[in-house]
Amino acid sequence: MSDTTTTATTGAGTTGAPTTTTAEPVVAEATLRAALSTRARPPRPTAMAASVTFAWRAMLKIKHVPMQLFDVTAFPIMFVLLYTYLFGGALAGSTADYLQGLLPAILVMTVCWITMYTGMALNTDISKGVFDRFRSLPIWRPAVLVGMLLADAVRYLMASVVMLVVGLALGFRPDGGPLGVVAAVGLLLWFAFTLSWVWTVLGLRLQTPESVMQLSMTVLFPLTFASNVFVDPETMPGWVQAFVRNNPITHLATASRELMHGAVDSAAILWVLGWSLALLAVFAPLTMRLYRAER
Amino acid sequence: MEPDGALAIETEDLAKAFGETKAVDGIDLAVRAGTVYGVLGPNGAGKTTTIRMLATLIRPDRGRARVLGHDVVSEADAVRSRVSLTGQFASVDEELNGRENLVLLGRLLGFDRRAAEERAAELLDAFGLSDAADRQVSTYSGGMRRRLDIAASIVVTPDLLFLDEPTTGLDPRSRNQVWDIVRVLVAAGTTVLLTTQYLDEADQLADRIAIIDHGRIIAEGTSTELKASVGGGALHVRVRDAEHRPEAGRILTAALGVPVALDPDPAALTARGADPEHIAAAFVELSHSGIVVNEFALGQPSLDEVFLALTGHPADDTTSEEDAA
Repeated sequence: MSDTTTTATTGAGTTGAPTTTTAEPVVAEATLRAALSTRARPPRPTAMAASVTFAWRAMLKIKHVPMQLFDVTAFPIMFVLLYTYLFGGALAGSTADYLQGLLPAILVMTVCWITMYTGMALNTDISKGVFDRFRSLPIWRPAVLVGMLLADAVRYLMASVVMLVVGLALGFRPDGGPLGVVAAVGLLLWFAFTLSWVWTVLGLRLQTPESVMQLSMTVLFPLTFASNVFVDPETMPGWVQAFVRNNPITHLATASRELMHGAVDSAAILWVLGWSLALLAVFAPLTMRLYRAER
Repeated sequence: MEPDGALAIETEDLAKAFGETKAVDGIDLAVRAGTVYGVLGPNGAGKTTTIRMLATLIRPDRGRARVLGHDVVSEADAVRSRVSLTGQFASVDEELNGRENLVLLGRLLGFDRRAAEERAAELLDAFGLSDAADRQVSTYSGGMRRRLDIAASIVVTPDLLFLDEPTTGLDPRSRNQVWDIVRVLVAAGTTVLLTTQYLDEADQLADRIAIIDHGRIIAEGTSTELKASVGGGALHVRVRDAEHRPEAGRILTAALGVPVALDPDPAALTARGADPEHIAAAFVELSHSGIVVNEFALGQPSLDEVFLALTGHPADDTTSEEDAA
């Protein structure tokens, strides 16, 4: 293989024909020399700038592969239509009545479901060689993940807008007005951002995107269904109620309803803030430890 | 840049294990600034693990390493700000296009948007990638990907560049391009540490070479020194008619004074360790005897031969335990 022969009879051109036939060199030596002549190193970017750059990277990926937006468009539309028309008549007498309470909550549920893709995407992404390069750069290390989550927040926002538009078309009328809706979505995006750190831990810890998805679903199913998203917990057995009333998704759904309908009369918002800070405090450092760890 | 003659890399008893596998088992390196240093070895020898420790991606279990005067563990950030890594598997983003990849790196290194775009355009031009700049990297050929990869490593000209098997899997033309790039880089003052499985690559580029096997350095020196240590290259002879091989063998043995081995090919013979001065005489003897010779080639020792000489086992005898690392 590495025999450099000095013979006239063997060798030349037996392996791997060149892909192009141009004789001129592809690498422009003079230009390359000029490009290397500068050793200027700009000041290290701020944590914010590095994070935003990674968010931009995620946006570019969406630009190149727009199918990635399927989960934040088709999925939410399906959820609103299905749950409104399947349950509305039976549970609230009319779909329009049911929608008033359902939409703020189903929005919560859907966006929380979509956060699951964060872990899967990270798991796929991090196995690629480009992460070695990122990890060898002199930047604020969490920027890779924070940027990814910032871009995800944009995706969650898209899902929220899609669902609100569908909801309004179906007869959803928020009494809290635009301000209430914006506040509810803002709270939801913040919670989703903090919840995502749970999935980044799974994304870094587990071997395959499939296992990340399976474990995420195992957590998300009870979390979203054993809540007050679909029905009032009053008819549930006591032990289920105990879970449902302390479920962060219940607090978030309640806060979302209250804000959208302009009737904040419980501590739900505070509970949500408390839960999100707790999630962040536990799972963000854990994520960073796993990220720094060797693989 | 380090002053010439200063050490760009110094390691002492550097070691790293993955579970039971000792990937790197006590390596001492001294790489002078401004030179190309080749780390040569088969798959699983510990080349990638060594580079990853030096590039601060993994922490050594034992020993210490200083890169450009900074400790790779306690001063990792100082190391990161002066080195660049081109990994074994393309360390570029396949889903983005070539230009976006370079702008991304430029932004992460602290250039503002405009400066990052200018630098990207300049590098795309220098690496012959301007035409492909706006295509997704997943559509690039292996050679183009490698060039983009190296371009991404020099968005800020590093003082030290790690190249992990830069030409593995490339066609000869692309390999020559990568070699040209490395030469220009070194001429511009960057120190290069490259790993390779190919002796001729190390020979072409490296000022000094370390041969590693099972995580240890088994030989170190210039390529000439290493080749001398295995006793020169092999002479390969192929006769036109296989029936003439025994006679050719006798003539060669007499003329060269070394044993001649019969190859699996029924018309071929190989002689090792022959004095170069006797080889011309052997050729003349053969032609006088009337035997038609189709091939008479003096090869440099291959990695396999170097390995065989140094370790007693061929280079591909090791399993690729290190692949996951």
